[in-house]
Amino acid sequence: MQFRVLVEASPKEGIADPQGTTIKEHLPVLGWSNVGDVRVGKAIRLTLEAVDADEARRQVDDMCRRFLANPVLEDWKVTVE
Amino acid sequence: MTRIGVVVFPGTNCEQDVAWAVEELGGRVKTVFHRAAELPDVEAVIVPGGFAHGDYLRTGAMARFSPIMRAVADFAGAGGPVVGICNGFQILCEAGLLPGALQKNAGLRFLCRPVSVRVESTSTPLTKRAAAGQVLTIPINHFEGNYVADAATISRLEDEGRVVLRYCRTDGTVDEADTEANPNGSTHAIAGVCNEAGNVVGLMPHPERASSELIGSSDGRLLMEGLMTLTHARGA
Repeated sequence: MQFRVLVEASPKEGIADPQGTTIKEHLPVLGWSNVGDVRVGKAIRLTLEAVDADEARRQVDDMCRRFLANPVLEDWKVTVE
Repeated sequence: MTRIGVVVFPGTNCEQDVAWAVEELGGRVKTVFHRAAELPDVEAVIVPGGFAHGDYLRTGAMARFSPIMRAVADFAGAGGPVVGICNGFQILCEAGLLPGALQKNAGLRFLCRPVSVRVESTSTPLTKRAAAGQVLTIPINHFEGNYVADAATISRLEDEGRVVLRYCRTDGTVDEADTEANPNGSTHAIAGVCNEAGNVVGLMPHPERASSELIGSSDGRLLMEGLMTLTHARGA
């Protein structure tokens, strides 16, 4: 079966996120002074063949650990769509 | 004449500076393109700075898949000296040859200026000509130079004397919280580390760009000279 998978990798707590900080600093200029925290990560969408959704998730999680994310810097979330 | 292999990826841009410094010190440079599966007959390997593979995904993330990196890992595994400078350091971390990672600078700015670094370990090929505690002035040129690793890795590096260089004040004092002395916010002000065996070294400052008084400092020569006096022989 073919699965569509979404990977969201984002900077770990305590890891600098200059894009997020800059966006947060500029939102009040447009009137949104109520924004507390902004974190910018990356989204990777891919399709893959796997026997079932669990297998797809397991494989993509392995991809994240070994390549798509850097476990020292990023957390990731895998969603099978 | 010491033969130094300089690895070039698409996007590497410091290989000429490294080659100039090596040749200035009487060494011979053998440039190796990333697609090569083998290293030429060299006594040490330098992975220079730049933006290998455009820093796609993350700095260094793609470079480790280049065929040459397997040869570099084998060379390192056999005890061959390997030095990663700036992007080269990031690549060696991503390739698992060095622990930790380099995240964005704490001040969120690209930094391009001379810094003071203190030599912490002289038992690496890069620092063996330097004295412990010696303060060197060497430029940095990076956006992702903030060294991080989990607490267990940091204490292991400290306990095993694997912190090679530390950012410091001009008088040699280290203060991790001083943004002037530790401009990128590195954990424990770490500017360079080595692997367990001590033959693989990564550092963010560019010693090749401090190889002549004409360009502001020749302190980097001391580090480059370490590589020129190698005893390592391949296969030994």
